[in-house]
Amino acid sequence: MAVDMNMNVLIVDDYKTMLRIIRNLLRQLNFVNIDDATDGSIALQKLRQGSFGLVISDWNMEPMTGIQLLREVRADEKLRPIPFIMVTAESKSENVIAAKEAGVSNYIVKPFNAETLKSKLVSVLGDF
Amino acid sequence: MASGDVDAELGAKLRELRENPEEMIRMGEVAGVVESLMATLKGDLSSADLKIYTELESLAKYIEAAKKEIVALRPDEVRDEYLPTATDELDAIVEATAEATNTIMDAAEAVESVMKHLEGEDVDVLGEATTKIYEACGFQDITGQRITKVIKALKYIEEKVDALVDAFGAEIENIKKDQPQEEVQKDAKLSDEDLLSGPQQKEKAKNQEEIDALLASFD
Repeated sequence: MAVDMNMNVLIVDDYKTMLRIIRNLLRQLNFVNIDDATDGSIALQKLRQGSFGLVISDWNMEPMTGIQLLREVRADEKLRPIPFIMVTAESKSENVIAAKEAGVSNYIVKPFNAETLKSKLVSVLGDF
Repeated sequence: MASGDVDAELGAKLRELRENPEEMIRMGEVAGVVESLMATLKGDLSSADLKIYTELESLAKYIEAAKKEIVALRPDEVRDEYLPTATDELDAIVEATAEATNTIMDAAEAVESVMKHLEGEDVDVLGEATTKIYEACGFQDITGQRITKVIKALKYIEEKVDALVDAFGAEIENIKKDQPQEEVQKDAKLSDEDLLSGPQQKEKAKNQEEIDALLASFD
């Protein structure tokens, strides 16, 4: 099935610079509807109010971290099916295992490049 | 011990210290206990008493020397001057790199907006170049996170130094009185070293207009 490039994508990071970087890279990959949030609780609010096809989230944020957001998403019947990619500088095996156990769809370690972002998007959403 | 039992006041102090093992004991209190203990040794001293007395005396001297050394390090200066300066400098790094990164991205976005009007190979070359710029800008996020970790470590050190300053408060005040701060005379000539303080904090720094005005004031 073709990927809907008009889907709403939510990017979550407490660094505004990183939000801007991911937004620009997604735009270059032809995604057009990109929204953002600066922590997990704001993201969760937006997810519950809107209709999103993908979440790309940082881990280390306050007050709600990326892993807490992921757990909330997976515990919510309506939000559960949304693909969730973690983009983080936390690269310890324990982190990756914890994210996997919480139901992460894929995991990108910072710093990353556009090629890595695209390959992870393809693995989660299908070819585009 | 020649004097028999430990005297009542000393006994009470020792009990108090034993009952609050979590509380930090001031160096002055330790020295006080040792001195009180030594004072209880009176009358005819056995050789064992004498040995204890000698050990206690050397312990008291050791504590006194350690106190002087720690106080001479001026932990109050570390807490009040050096640690806040270090934290401010690190905050300034994060702010400056974020500002520079945004400027770089503004420029890359401007290039992208012009690309719409171009055709052929140029579009691909510029597209790849802007992608590389966005990727490289990720350094700001990573350095920001690393600096945040350093700031947390500095805050931990600050707490420890704070406890040290608290424990040595009176002694530090005495040292301060003995070493009055050097008054900087208004017309004193600054040394080359005095002139090397690195970049100023944004709010304290003079801007180019102010520098120009200052230079012009000499004309």
